[in-house]
Amino acid sequence: MGEEVKLHGMWASPFSRRVELALKLKAIPYQYIEEDLSNKTPSLLRYNPVHKKVPVLVHNDKPVAESMVIIEYMDETWENNPFLPRDPYERAMARFYAKFIDDKLLPTLAKLGQTAGKEKEETIEEIHEQLKVLEDELKGKQFFGGQRIGYLDIVAMILVWLHLTGSITGQKVLSTEKFPLIYEWIERVMKMEVVNECLIPEEKRQDWIQLAQRAPKSASN
Amino acid sequence: MAGELVLLDFWPSPFGMRSRIALAEKGIPYEYREEDLRNKSDLLLQMNPVHKKIPVLIHNGKPVCESVIQVQYIDEVWHDKAPLIPSDPYQRAVARFWVDFIDKKIYELGSKIWKTKGEEQANAKKEFIECLKLLEGELGDKTYFGGESLGYVDVALVPFYSWFYAYEKCGDFSIEAECPKMIAWVKRCMQKESVAKSLPDQEKVYEFILQLKKIFGIE
Repeated sequence: MGEEVKLHGMWASPFSRRVELALKLKAIPYQYIEEDLSNKTPSLLRYNPVHKKVPVLVHNDKPVAESMVIIEYMDETWENNPFLPRDPYERAMARFYAKFIDDKLLPTLAKLGQTAGKEKEETIEEIHEQLKVLEDELKGKQFFGGQRIGYLDIVAMILVWLHLTGSITGQKVLSTEKFPLIYEWIERVMKMEVVNECLIPEEKRQDWIQLAQRAPKSASN
Repeated sequence: MAGELVLLDFWPSPFGMRSRIALAEKGIPYEYREEDLRNKSDLLLQMNPVHKKIPVLIHNGKPVCESVIQVQYIDEVWHDKAPLIPSDPYQRAVARFWVDFIDKKIYELGSKIWKTKGEEQANAKKEFIECLKLLEGELGDKTYFGGESLGYVDVALVPFYSWFYAYEKCGDFSIEAECPKMIAWVKRCMQKESVAKSLPDQEKVYEFILQLKKIFGIE
């Protein structure tokens, strides 16, 4: 099949990095276009006129926007290394927790950088409650996807970012005592080459933290 | 595949309506249970401990939460009847994109229209109409968003029609005047029994909103 796959992304966006990880897990060759969010390419604006955001996957000149929509599209188009389980109920569960991460955990994490004092403590409490949901979901499993990395693991990479930034800022929201299973999962996925390729490179992590604190709504723009 | 099916719901919820329509389209019998949101049942709290929200679809004792996830689940389990989600992966991605758009915009903007006044309300109305116009563009000349038959986007969007009268009264504007194509599409959907039976009466929803405004002390 004559395939042309392009990804319009941005180095600091966890949503963009998510799609890169998905592409690498399926070993799909692609061309990466780094977007300057203050000066978006005409292609990006043409491919995503509704939101004008990254990431956008372009497959044989057909654009797909929104990271979760992209990942499901990829899973249905390239059948190797499937992300979603076959069983409809298990699929519903994977989608539920992925939505939970995007709709609840990410906004709360974004809020954290904007708060101080008592409000900050309350936000951390909220994050801990949300992390507990994910901790429970890992019980008896190697990965969120079971025996192998799957859809929810891709979305949950934000936990790796949380761990890495915690090490830099010294603000450990994610503790090994409270969340041992999440920690084991982080160690397990960080052993994977593809995961490491999609993490923010070490030299850029400080920049990322500052960027994230300035743009609370989402790191993708 | 069959088995016990229960929907925990609340009559004015557009999210609950989505699952009602999907089940009706496929002719799947289920038990509808009305929840009092000020006094949530033990079953609801047990089946959706994370969000404690309706709708919850319980299939053979196992809960599926979040309306878009429920509609996809219903479509996947009962895939041989009245398919809602396109079979082509690209068409699916397009449908999912628009459902995501509806979820990000319509409910929140609609809420602002009835909850706020002045400039905030004016901005919400403007953006609401812009969003409906974008959706009109996506509909184009098709009978439904799903083409010749009701699809995923139709099911996700049409429930909000039951709130249009309330938005119009609170915001003092006419949605039909601004978006005639949208209303024409709504009327086609309402001719389907699955939709007509799943949506509450618009006046009833408006009364409900007026009650909410009293409770929250909104003018």
